[in-house]
Amino acid sequence: MNLSLAPIPWFWDRARVFAFYGSMAATPIDVVYLGETVCSKRRELRLEDWLEIAAALAEAGKEVVLSTLTLIEAESELSMLKRIVDNGRFLVEANDMAAVDLLSARELPFVIGPHVNVYNGETLALLARLGARRWVVPTEISRAQLAALPDRRFLQMQTEVQICGDLALAFSARCYTARAHNLQKDACAFVCREYPDGLPLATMEDQPFLVLNGIQTRSAAVCNLLADWDDLGALQVDVGRIVPQSAGTGEVIALVHEVATGRRAPAAAAREVEALSGTRRCNGHWHGAAGMAQVE
Amino acid sequence: MRQHVELVCPAGGLPALKAAVDHGADAVYIGFRDGTNARNFPGLGFSAEEAAQGVDYAHARGAKVLVALNTYPDAERWQGAAAALATAAAVGADAVILADPGLMAHAARAHPGLRLHLSVQGSATNRHAIAFYHRHFGVRRVVLPRVLSLAQVLNLVGRVPVEIEVFAFGSLCVMVEGRCALSAYVTGKSPNVHGVCSPASAVRWEETTAGRQSRVGGMLIDRYQDGQPAAYPTVCKGRYRVGGHVYYAIEEPTSLNVIEILPELVRGGVAALKVEGRQRSPAYVARVTKVLRAALDACCADPTGFAPRQEWLDELNSMAEGRCHTLGAYHRPWQ
Repeated sequence: MNLSLAPIPWFWDRARVFAFYGSMAATPIDVVYLGETVCSKRRELRLEDWLEIAAALAEAGKEVVLSTLTLIEAESELSMLKRIVDNGRFLVEANDMAAVDLLSARELPFVIGPHVNVYNGETLALLARLGARRWVVPTEISRAQLAALPDRRFLQMQTEVQICGDLALAFSARCYTARAHNLQKDACAFVCREYPDGLPLATMEDQPFLVLNGIQTRSAAVCNLLADWDDLGALQVDVGRIVPQSAGTGEVIALVHEVATGRRAPAAAAREVEALSGTRRCNGHWHGAAGMAQVE
Repeated sequence: MRQHVELVCPAGGLPALKAAVDHGADAVYIGFRDGTNARNFPGLGFSAEEAAQGVDYAHARGAKVLVALNTYPDAERWQGAAAALATAAAVGADAVILADPGLMAHAARAHPGLRLHLSVQGSATNRHAIAFYHRHFGVRRVVLPRVLSLAQVLNLVGRVPVEIEVFAFGSLCVMVEGRCALSAYVTGKSPNVHGVCSPASAVRWEETTAGRQSRVGGMLIDRYQDGQPAAYPTVCKGRYRVGGHVYYAIEEPTSLNVIEILPELVRGGVAALKVEGRQRSPAYVARVTKVLRAALDACCADPTGFAPRQEWLDELNSMAEGRCHTLGAYHRPWQ
């Protein structure tokens, strides 16, 4: 199984992003997804900056994919989407049907991102005909649902599953980080920059529950499928996805790589990755249960 | 010129369908009792026979029936979804409301005469996404997710080759429909696959010394003191602790109501207004349909002179979640 790094979901400043990917070049990660997928107001990096990072990572031997915005409403967002689609060099991850529409019209190969809803073989075959070469499975899909699908290799389609990191659960027009500061989205003052791993939300019983990330809502528990490693391989999962965090991402990649190369037991690595994240792990979606559950 | 905007009302069963038609709905949308649509609630939905009766009743009175088949069927549920589609075509539905691209491709192939609408669950929020569904499957109408501002809605009219339908009244999804896994995360059951959000089986009410508490999947969603009206618990409308404050961090329990912006929607060329609530009673459907019919008629006759009557607002608020209403994302400052 190859390993991939998801786009950074958080709003980090430009220097931090450059430093982060500088350090990623030396890790054993195989595929790196780059770009802003959450909020179009976050413009610390221009497309030229992302392409500069992409070129450096490609130089270091990584496969680079440019990821597109998930919730696209404005014409300016469509313009940026077109520029990414027309980058002329790198594969694109489509996170909205608008991206699929533009990529397929140009007969470009693409990756189906986790926010395009694919739940059955008919939709997968349709997108394969339109140029999809890899499918990042939606967060809520279980191993049983994946196992019931026809052979993806017949479609020349790779399958990618998120194996480490918190989960992207929902998108909205409303910015919840701004709301937490009593600000409107149009005057948000970029307060999400203050939260490099999102703004934690707990129940009134102080149970960690969700993480607010601008217009996106994420999970407080951290998905960890390392203990299911053999299962992933048996289900033809070609790529395991890891979500960046502000600290410890390199260590997580190293541990997962040791599992991938047979040098560390999956169950032990699962515990170590959990300790690194500092948060409770979960694997419920994979096992057909509530996503926040940890099924042993 | 007098505008025509379709009033599309919900029906969870035949009595509600009749109530909607009798009180002025131009179209009624229904779903089957088989988990193939986004209101997979116990006791709700139509059998094939009831759907056929409903179509006859509506057509005899000049109204349409739209069938929602708007879950995303996984491999196990595919045959059921295809069968439901065939049933919808057989009973003479005027359109089916779909979300899944594979199912749309199947519908366009197997039932070429059947009119397709893109469900709100299809998450199409821009002209390129909408064009995709039109080009590949011949979709004729899109139901927009409740995340666009009024200006963004009106900007789409005429720029896409399909009709635009928007939500007008009822419970408010604050997340992009089709892109919300909150219920899946907390309960294992999702709108996308199972057609449910925070299902009753995962909900628990408890009386405590701190007050009446609601839980979903064991997580505390809200707490009420004596006499406070309690809302059905959904994850997005809970009270949580963020940065030391306890508040409705995502959204308050409230209803959407567009009556204040009806003239803009009518003049802007929106084709249809949708009322949420297939889980509601026939009496509720009758009252909401009646008020919105009156408001829409008044507005279409004279958009410039239109002003919402207080009695309409009172009537709608009395039926609204949280007894209050919002324009939601249509009103930019809400965002």
